[in-house]
Amino acid sequence: MVTTKDKTRRIVISPVTRVEGHGKVSILLDEENNVQQARLHIVEFRGFERFIQGRPYWEMPVAVQRLCGICPVSHHLCAAKAVDRLVGGEQLTPTAEKMRRLMHYGQIFQSHVLHFFHLCSPDLLFGFDADPKIRNVIGVAAKYPDLAKQGIFMRKYGQEVIRLTAGKKIHGTGAIPGGINKNLSIEERDELLADLDQMIAWSLGAVKIARDYTMDHIEIAKLFGSFESNHLSIVRGDGAMDLYDGGLRAIDRDGKKIFDQVDNQDYLSYIAEEVRDWSYMKFPFIKSIGPENGWYRVGPLARINTCDFIDTPEAESARKEFMAVTQGKPNHMTLAYHWARMIEVLHAIEKIAELLHDPDLQGTDLVVRGDRRDEGVGILEAPRGTLFHHYRINKDDQVTMCNLIVSTTSNNEPMNRAVQRVAQDHLSGKPEISEAMLNHVEVAIRAYDPCLSCATHAMGQMPLSVILVDANGEIIDEKTKQ
Amino acid sequence: MARKKPRLATTSLAGCFGCHMSLLDIDDRILQVAELVDFDKSPIDDFKEFTGRCAIGLVEGGCCNEENVEVLRDFRKHCDILVSIGDCATMGGIPALRNMVPLQECLDEAYLNGPSVYNPSGKVPDDEEVPLMLDKVYPAHEVVKIDYHLPGCPPPADTLFAALVALLGNEPVELPYQLIKYD
Ligand code: SF4
Repeated sequence: MVTTKDKTRRIVISPVTRVEGHGKVSILLDEENNVQQARLHIVEFRGFERFIQGRPYWEMPVAVQRLCGICPVSHHLCAAKAVDRLVGGEQLTPTAEKMRRLMHYGQIFQSHVLHFFHLCSPDLLFGFDADPKIRNVIGVAAKYPDLAKQGIFMRKYGQEVIRLTAGKKIHGTGAIPGGINKNLSIEERDELLADLDQMIAWSLGAVKIARDYTMDHIEIAKLFGSFESNHLSIVRGDGAMDLYDGGLRAIDRDGKKIFDQVDNQDYLSYIAEEVRDWSYMKFPFIKSIGPENGWYRVGPLARINTCDFIDTPEAESARKEFMAVTQGKPNHMTLAYHWARMIEVLHAIEKIAELLHDPDLQGTDLVVRGDRRDEGVGILEAPRGTLFHHYRINKDDQVTMCNLIVSTTSNNEPMNRAVQRVAQDHLSGKPEISEAMLNHVEVAIRAYDPCLSCATHAMGQMPLSVILVDANGEIIDEKTKQ
Repeated sequence: MARKKPRLATTSLAGCFGCHMSLLDIDDRILQVAELVDFDKSPIDDFKEFTGRCAIGLVEGGCCNEENVEVLRDFRKHCDILVSIGDCATMGGIPALRNMVPLQECLDEAYLNGPSVYNPSGKVPDDEEVPLMLDKVYPAHEVVKIDYHLPGCPPPADTLFAALVALLGNEPVELPYQLIKYD
């Protein structure tokens, strides 16, 4: 069923094609079969913001992480940071802050590795047009057993870091209001130290794979799904990359600062989210610029672009090499996300190494409390980008307001731009959809590592259905990614 | 010629994907599983439709929209043994907290009332493009017959591995307490 509204040229397709995924692309053509509009629709809705109201605030770090089993630690820690404010405990003890950071770097490490090795390596190794039957981690294992195992063991390492800091690998409980519920014993530390050198070596190797891939395909990368944009992340006070804590910084397409060191508690003065009626995912934008041009990118690429430097040596030299490709200007290439992501893997493992050698992790001062507040905001850099949690509570400690801006949401407009660009470049004037075209659309979206509705995409190809509609509103082709 | 391997399918309905992540936490034992079975329709690979009859289907998440129901029925049709994995599939889980609140209120909060919302049109996203929401979130066994339930949020990797190996070997699924305890 198709309806068109001529003035807006908006196409509604109902019922939704029967794919189990939550992402859908629709493409609208004009009379000359040129792409008029291409959209990525998000068709999933849970309702956390409302149904969490009435729950006690201390449940937030464990409840809200059930949004996403792929990066639960991000929600766990972001909620904990907001809740720290509620109990006046945002000045954590060194042991608590370092345990949380260790947990977070473990999370960045495992999530990025999962994305690169389990999900994207088939594209890089077999090519965008390879047989879908082998494009999965088991296919990689058959052909490149060493690389597949490396991915599996790197992810395992990150998961072990999480288990030893959060109590379990998925949906742990380590962070509590104002602190943490355990430290790291010497035995646990030694367990992690045992494989550390191997992990550092593999991380260096992963950066090289991603860099070589990008540089070998640099002409494609410059064009593929590329567009200029603003970028946003938190950075440390001195401008260093900091994935756990810092002030908000946004830069424009030329690298000029739009704002810097914004206090997390003030995010509402700077960021808003536009609702569009064709997607359940909102469209965040920088308020001072407005919804039309204020959208921005987040995630590894944005973080490398926004920060002034990285405070670990290997990752910093990798960053310099990365920035040299664009002469120090922001890098706007969608495909460069992979390289940026692997630089963060390296940064994360260097940070883990630093922390494991820090005796503060064996400290016993775990929790602090101060003056209670009835409102708190937590912001951190999740694997996929800046994550916002904001709660208000009543005198009975019940949540009365919960606002979540999830990382992937900030990349909503960018993913749509990438889809639009790829569709225009590879589809305009060609009224039929080829498998290669689908792959191209998918590769563009996948570069953002989107966590669509709690990340249905994560382990395989993202299920996509592409529907091509002509100027009269007739479906002329329809394809579901097999 | 080797005997044809049984097929394994998995799906994530109204879940967070954590159960699938837990399955991945069997780490390199995934290669052992790949020796025992061929993967069929699953987010772990590229099969979007069933390619044949499956011995086992693993279901993560309950049903929150009509599409979930359809996928679940399709799983029942194609799988000999259907296993609910995780609390969302077995009892609705955290998403079922929405059962206490009218759906419209959830939509209004997210798209009209939230403090960062910018929505001059005052409309919540149309339902036409998206699967119809169910009035409530339903656990899997309220929609189709489920043969086994593995509790946990998520069930530990060892639980999933032990259950899979037992089912594939036609053995009774006997899990020690440590493997089926809740959080
Ligand atoms: S049971 Fe837990 S881990 Fe599994 S899908 Fe539900 S919330 Fe996620």
